[in-house]
This record gives sequence, C-alpha cells and structure tokens, in this order.
Amino acid sequence: MVITRGLAAVGRSSLATLSSIGEVALFLFSTLSHMVRPPFYGREFAMALFNIGWLSLPVVGMTAIFTGGALALQIYDGSSRFSAEAVVPQIVAIGMVRELGPVLVGLMVAARVTSSIAAEIATMKVTEQIDALVTLSTNPMKYLTAPRVLAAIIVVPVLVGIGDIIGIYGGFLVATGQLGFNPATYVRNTADFLQAADIISSLIKGSVFGGIAALMGCYFGMNSGRGAQGVGRATKGSVQAAAVLILAANFLLTSLFFGS
Amino acid sequence: MITFDNVHKSFGPKRVLRGVNLEIAKGTSMVIIGGSGTGKSVTLKSVLGLITPDNGTILVDGKDATKGDRDAFLARFGMLFQGGALFDSLTVWQNVAFRLLRGALKRPKAEAREIAIEKLRRVGLTPDVADLFPSELSGGMQKRVSLARAIAAEPEIIFFDEPTTGLDPIMSGVINDLIREIVVEMGATAMTITHDMTSVRAIADNVAMLHDGVIQWTGPVGQMDSSGDPYLAQFISGSAEGPIEAVR
Ligand SMILES: Nc1ncnc2c1ncn2[C@@H]1O[C@H](COP(=O)(O)OP(=O)(O)O)[C@@H](O)[C@H]1O
Ligand SMILES: [Mg+2]
Repeated sequence: MVITRGLAAVGRSSLATLSSIGEVALFLFSTLSHMVRPPFYGREFAMALFNIGWLSLPVVGMTAIFTGGALALQIYDGSSRFSAEAVVPQIVAIGMVRELGPVLVGLMVAARVTSSIAAEIATMKVTEQIDALVTLSTNPMKYLTAPRVLAAIIVVPVLVGIGDIIGIYGGFLVATGQLGFNPATYVRNTADFLQAADIISSLIKGSVFGGIAALMGCYFGMNSGRGAQGVGRATKGSVQAAAVLILAANFLLTSLFFGS
Repeated sequence: MITFDNVHKSFGPKRVLRGVNLEIAKGTSMVIIGGSGTGKSVTLKSVLGLITPDNGTILVDGKDATKGDRDAFLARFGMLFQGGALFDSLTVWQNVAFRLLRGALKRPKAEAREIAIEKLRRVGLTPDVADLFPSELSGGMQKRVSLARAIAAEPEIIFFDEPTTGLDPIMSGVINDLIREIVVEMGATAMTITHDMTSVRAIADNVAMLHDGVIQWTGPVGQMDSSGDPYLAQFISGSAEGPIEAVR
C-alpha cells in the first residue's frame, strides 16, 4: 500500500517533469521566434546586457581568481607525487578554460541573474503588470523574455572569457608567488598549451549556460503562482532548474567536444 | 458593442463564472457591481483575452474577441487595473506614455511626454510627479497615474477596475466626472467595476449585478432602486440581512 502510493507519487512527478520539459521547449521556441521578429526593444536589451554582463563582473572575478589559485595548489600537490610539478600551468589552463571557467560563471550567473529575473518577472505577474503589458499592445515574451535571453547568450561568453583569464591569473599568482615557478615560463607554457578549440568550447559553453540561466528566470517568472509565496517559489525553482540544467548541459557539451 | 454569451470560467474546482450573458451598447457606460471575489475582474479580463473562458463566446462588434489580429484588437482598448499595475522600472510619464514610446503609435519623446503631462493633469496630478517612480507615490496617486495611462492613447473601449477604491471622496468625484466625460466627449464605450454606489450613480448608463457566477440583474441606472430584486436591493442598502450571505 505504502509502496504503491510511493510509486504513484514518483510516477506523477515524472509525468509532471516530462510535461514541464515540453512546456520549457515551447517557451524556448517562442523566445527564439520573438528574437528574430520585430519590433525589437533596444532599451530593454541594453539594460539586460548591463545587468547580466557588467554587474556580474565583480562576482565572476572573485570566483575565478580564488578557484584558479586553489586549482594551482591542488595540481601542484597531486602532481608532485609523480614528480610532475611542471604540468601546473598546463593543467590550470585546461581546467579553467574547458570546465571550471564556464561552469562557475554559469552557476554564478544562475545565482545572480536567474534569481533576479525570476523575482522581477514573477512580481510583475503577481501585480498584473504582465497583463498591463498585453493591454498596451506589448507582447511580454518579446518585451521581457527575448531581450534578456539574447543578452545572456551574447554577454555570458564574454564573462566566461574574462573568468578564464582571471582564473589562470589566480593560478599564476599562486604558482609564481608560493610554489616557485618562473613567471615568464609559466605564461609561455600556458599560452603554448591552450588551443583554439579549448577557448571556443569555453565560449560556446558560456553562451549555452547564459541562455539557460536567463530562460529559466523568465520561464519561472512568467509561470509564477499568485501572491508573495508565488514569487518565492518561482525564484527558488528557477535557480534550482538553471543550476541542474547548466551542469547537465556541461556534461553533454564536454562529451560532444572532448569525448572519444 | 460587447456581447457576453453564456461565458463560463472555473479555476480548478472553483466555478467563478457560470453562464454570464450581457450586452454593452457602443458609446454607453456599463457599471458592474457585486461582492468581492464574485468574478468581476475575471469578466473584464476575459474580454481582453488575459483569461480564456472555458465555455461561451465574447463578441466585440460582432467579432469573436479571441480570434483575428490581436494587436489591432488591443489597440482599441484601455484598461485600468484594480491594483494599478504600473511598471515600477519606468517613471510616471513613461508609464503614461507607454504606448506612445514604442510600437505602432510611436512618436517623438518630447511629444509623448507632453501628452503624458496633459493626461496627468486631467486626472488631477501636477507635472512635477512626471519624473518620479511609481513607488514614490501614494496608492491613490498611483491609481490616477494608471487611469491616465489607460486613457493616454484615446481608446474606443475603456475598462475601469475599481477606479475609485482607495481615493478620498473628492478625488473619487473628480475621477467619476472624468469617466463620464470620456464616455460623453470621446464617445467611448466603458465598463466599470465598482463597489461605490455614489460612483455607480455618477457614471452608469446601465448597471449589471454579478452574483453566483451569473448576471443577477441588469438594467438602466434609473431603474436600479425600484428593481424589486432582493439581491440588488441588499447590495444597494449595504445590509447584512438578505439573500446574499455575509460570510463567503
Ligand atoms: N488567475 C487566477 N487563478 C486562480 N484563481 C483566480 C484567478 N483570477 C481570479 N481567481 C479567483 O476567481 C475569483 C474571482 O476573482 P475576481 O474576478 O478577481 O473577483 P472580483 O469580483 O473581486 O474582481 C476569486 O475567488 C479569485 O481567487
Ligand atoms: Mg476585482
């Protein structure tokens, strides 16, 4: 009895998950179609670029520099067991650029941007501002969702690029300051080792993660329930969904670029 | 002309509209009264397609409101929302001129601002509020800004959801006169929701009372007091005794 009820609950939630995947896919499709059809809202787009890109710089910089530093320490410690300490610059570079840069920036953007988009749009929904937009002949998908998602797709790769560089710099600081690496050699080893494919994969991941982060914020905001509780749920749900989807997408993209 | 034909709407198990039938002639002012939570706002929102009825049709000038060119359809409407629904990221004048700053009706910024200030004056607000943000205004002022936004593009059909709730009696009088003026001067068709019987008498040509999901009574405002309908009589007198349950 308890078991069947438990199974039924799992089944119901799996069904709900499936149907929300369908809804998110439709939402994505609608967002993309609004990006290419006029009218375009330049001011909204510029504001979104500023909010998502510029205002995220401090947190991205901090995250990257500490992670790069810690990475250098770990790799030094691990590689010294095989007397292979010389690989520190190469592994820091590859670790930051291929994985940690995009993932950490993606997660930071999910924390900062997804939550604020979800809360803002959910509040607009709860206070009838979304309805008001419609009555003022303005499509909320075009006015609110499309500019934010487009801005994130464009600007998050830039953040990732900056995060990669700062992360490598964090590794450089620790390696040269604490572990006795020669600065010139460190820079040369990093530059020689990184390939265009590493950097391109990093930026593509940034675009995808940015798109996921903004899309989830908009989706949960637009589908918010009523009242303050609705806004709270939308915000929490959006960050959870964005974080999980970013990590899943990261796995898929890594297998696509570097598998086999 | 707006026609409701057997309109039904439920939210989950809650049956809100259970067969609404109503006609609003072009250029007239219809006031909808009824207890709170009876579905008056839902009724207005169904016309605009903000809520989709489960059943029944709503015709605007003989055409199904849910079909055809949405932009052209919505361009004919103005709506004042119950809670104001001002955009809090925009200043007061940008809210009022929202339609005039983008889309089909777009015009130069200075001109849009001038129109906005003129509309603000009509609702009894001075130009110095133009550059404030909605959160810097009192509730009553927000309501009036919202009213100015609803009339800014001179719509043919205007919906007012509780336009005087939260205003002092004098400001209510100003808003009532304004709504009357809009209907008479602009020849607009108006649908207003209110609980305020002074408002009803000031702005209505016709009155409809919504109760239990249907239009309980409708007729010209002059016949309201002699309707003989116990529900309407109780609502007008504001008595706790009568067929309408005080506990809902
Ligand atoms: N979007 C919605 N989702 C669920 N319930 C709703 C929604 N909109 C309105 N309702 C419910 O419908 C009923 C009528 O609401 P409304 O039309 O706002 O009442 P009022 O007559 O006071 O304007 C209320 O019980 C409200 O809770
Ligand atoms: Mg209402």
